[in-house]
Amino acid sequence: MIQRTTPDAASEADFKLELVALIPQLRAFARTLCGDAAAADDLAQDTVLKAWDARASFQMGTNMKAWTFMILRNQFYSEKRRSWRQTQLDQEAAERTLVAVDDPGSPVALDELRLAMQMLPSEQREALILVGAGGFAYEEAADICGCAVGTVKSRVSRARRALQNILTMGAYDRDGAPAGDAMGAILADAERLSGPR
Amino acid sequence: MEPDEGEGVLCAVEQDDEKDAGDRASSPDMTQTPRPAPRSVDQDAAVDEARLRQQAIGVRLRQMFDEVVNEPIPDDFLAILRRADDKGPSGGPS
Repeated sequence: MIQRTTPDAASEADFKLELVALIPQLRAFARTLCGDAAAADDLAQDTVLKAWDARASFQMGTNMKAWTFMILRNQFYSEKRRSWRQTQLDQEAAERTLVAVDDPGSPVALDELRLAMQMLPSEQREALILVGAGGFAYEEAADICGCAVGTVKSRVSRARRALQNILTMGAYDRDGAPAGDAMGAILADAERLSGPR
Repeated sequence: MEPDEGEGVLCAVEQDDEKDAGDRASSPDMTQTPRPAPRSVDQDAAVDEARLRQQAIGVRLRQMFDEVVNEPIPDDFLAILRRADDKGPSGGPS
């Protein structure tokens, strides 16, 4: 797979500029996938390096954001296969933390959403974040995830319902006692946040 | 919130999701989507509430994402690309 196209210095500079501009979004996507900030930055750095190494195979003018998100996602799953046990431990930690939270203040609501997100299967989590926050169309998200558009739609829809369940009914709570009204706190801020953007 | 409205809310959300998914995916002619017949005030309220909840979650989700996007880029990232530069314009082996 050695491609000996003479790299044009100007287009390499363009590539790098575009790649650097995508770093914040790659970090955000990685944070959603990993949960843990340090692991997420490692993942995003690996992605930047891989994208740079693969720059010869990228066609300038096509969607670099989708291309890098796909690299990041593939990297995440290949690492996850190697460290499935770590992932399980993270999940348990997330559940323990969530039950302990009971302050209904608004910053907590964001934390609870973060934790609730970590309880979703990663396929649902990635679909929801790509479409709901990453600004991708369903078709683009399907390309990134390597699945059918209909699959993305149903994952997004299931993710939304699951989040609402977790946040409204405290589905994560093991003792039957309310673990804080996360949904209430989120709703309290909804009007302020959903104002004209 | 009343504990007995849970199921109605979930159904409403499901319908809403499908409509939303269709709209965003292929932008169909929205005028062709018939609006459901008017329903009782209670049902409307439940649907509105479900929509509000989903909107609120959506807003929070973007906020969560944007929070990271707006963080300054850690130096490590730029160092990676500087090192890549040092390897020369044709890139290093592997």
